[in-house]
Amino acid sequence: MNDKQENPVNPYLRLDRMPSIWCPGCGIGTSVNCFARAITQSKIDVKKLAIVSGIGCTGRVSGYLNFDSFHTTHGRPIAFATGLKLANPELHVVVYSGEGDLIAIGGNHFIHAARRNIDILVVCVNNFVYGMTGGQVSPTSPEPATFTTAPYGQFEEPFNLAYLADSCGAVYIARWTTFHVRQLAKSMRDAFGKKGFRFIEIIAPCPTLYQRRNRLGDGLDAMRYYKEKSVVKNGAETKSLRIDFQSEITVGTFVDRERPTFLEAMNNRFQKALGDKYTPYPLGPSHQPKSQPQAQASA
Amino acid sequence: MHADPSGVLTGKHYLDGNHAACEGALAAGCRFAAGYPITPSTEIVERVAARFPFMGGTFIQMEDEIAASIAIQGAVWAGKKAMTVTSGPGFSLMMEHIGLAAITETPCVFFNVQRGGPSTGLPTLPGQADMMQARWGSHGDYEIIALSPQSPQECFNIAIDAFNLAEQWRVPVLVMMDECVGHMTERVIIPKAETIEVTERRWTKKKPSDYKPFEPGPDLVPDMAKAGDGYHLFVTGLTHDERGYPVMNWQAQEKLVHRLVNKIRLATDKIVRFEEEDIEGADVVVVSYGITARVARRGAELARQKGVKVGRLRLVVVWPFPEKRILELASKVQAFVVPEMNYGQMVLEVERAAKGKTNVVCVPHGGGEVHDPQVIADAIIRAAKRSS
Repeated sequence: MNDKQENPVNPYLRLDRMPSIWCPGCGIGTSVNCFARAITQSKIDVKKLAIVSGIGCTGRVSGYLNFDSFHTTHGRPIAFATGLKLANPELHVVVYSGEGDLIAIGGNHFIHAARRNIDILVVCVNNFVYGMTGGQVSPTSPEPATFTTAPYGQFEEPFNLAYLADSCGAVYIARWTTFHVRQLAKSMRDAFGKKGFRFIEIIAPCPTLYQRRNRLGDGLDAMRYYKEKSVVKNGAETKSLRIDFQSEITVGTFVDRERPTFLEAMNNRFQKALGDKYTPYPLGPSHQPKSQPQAQASA
Repeated sequence: MHADPSGVLTGKHYLDGNHAACEGALAAGCRFAAGYPITPSTEIVERVAARFPFMGGTFIQMEDEIAASIAIQGAVWAGKKAMTVTSGPGFSLMMEHIGLAAITETPCVFFNVQRGGPSTGLPTLPGQADMMQARWGSHGDYEIIALSPQSPQECFNIAIDAFNLAEQWRVPVLVMMDECVGHMTERVIIPKAETIEVTERRWTKKKPSDYKPFEPGPDLVPDMAKAGDGYHLFVTGLTHDERGYPVMNWQAQEKLVHRLVNKIRLATDKIVRFEEEDIEGADVVVVSYGITARVARRGAELARQKGVKVGRLRLVVVWPFPEKRILELASKVQAFVVPEMNYGQMVLEVERAAKGKTNVVCVPHGGGEVHDPQVIADAIIRAAKRSS
């Protein structure tokens, strides 16, 4: 190794907290590396970047990223982020958490933040399992995989997260696996440059608790699976994006549209109702007109 | 510093307690509120929603009380003063986030307009049965501050005090109203902005490189920074060190919990507030709070007409509890009589503080309406007789 050359993502990591708690082969660290790379390639003002996580393995992401980091309660990072963003629209607010946190216990906040078009980016690492607590079934777990709390196999219908986000009004929806590191980083970069409720789902391996229990090999086997079974279909109907056990995984950018954010809609309504008596609430950098370059992907 | 005049509706008003509480919050500088509709508290956020657009505030009706009670904490870390408002079942849902505010030392204010419980109970009728929940409702060891107003004017005043105490001590502050106080309408005088003292956040003066977000000052309270100013804050609900970094061992736990508890316990004398009347030479002292304090006043009058020397102590700050004063009085009086709209909550504190030096008489009421003053009078008279 060349000691003199520093990894370009280092400034965005809390190196004094390394090594991380994540297991060998876990996909969360890969996703964080993509996120940090996306930052290096964007023009985002990192001083104004806040990361909010809930609880769980992915909930630890906020604590390894060197921005304003908020590690909140289980399921509630989106609700916290809503207050953070509305109180200071100058901030870029990213919620980074797992599917158990965001979609099971936090599902209500997810759907309402999407409906309101709160101007936040939600990054969801979906590994089909509760890792931190030791391998329990999650809302995306496919049949017939087994879990400590579904020892004879999961039989519930799994959530299709992209379809859920789409139906609730998210303006940007993409899915990649941790095999697609360049595409994922680009997707994150693209999402930084947009406003409104943006959702990126990352399919990631949990070798320790999901794969081992279901005899799916290690992290490398997961990469082989993602490589062989992923199909890029940008603009695919979100209804078609269901993931079954070791099935084909459709990846890509599925939704990219615009509609007024919560604060834009609030300003519009209050101006109509109150006229000059209302001073518009400041909307922050993501709402600047398109003519100004804003976190555009450089390459 | 003085109140921002944009939030101060100076003048003489005829307001109910809920609207007065809202005006107090606005005068205190609250500029973010999140809530979820629940009787009998909703008028507070209804008024916030109508008033905020004229002063740069943001109100959001969240999807539930869990969301409301953490959205306000996001807003606080973005630099605003923030509150949420609820009652009974909503208060139960907020418990986890009272704990989060306690461990992350997030200054914020919770209004609980108490109704009869448990569960859905009596949505439109009064209760005072959340007093212990206010103190102990979230898991783990922590301290909060709670106040209890007895009139619309005091709802206004105490709302300001609540925000000021939250900023000074960096704890969640709970305003424990009740349906009667929330819905009774009386004259409320709102003074000029320049006469209202408002406590500013304890902003750190340190540079980011020198700053540790949970390094306490001499009063055990750390100074604060907000998101977006380059401090790279690390705020977690996990047990943490002065940098905010998680540390999973008993030493870190001891250090943190010890400080979170002692920053309030050691400052109890500065924080406690109560009012006394006719205490000198009293044989019986009635201890009460909120609407029950006003009913108890009539009860005491009736007892006095029967010749009992009765004084009154009204808790304004309920938590921390004025145990020192109760102990002093315990060796002078023959009994404490404690009427409250519950089956015995703050009376347990009175008993604990009195250390067996005098009789403590509970006058319970399940809620739904206030005590009959005669019931309180009879309890006073009985307590006086038993002791003599």
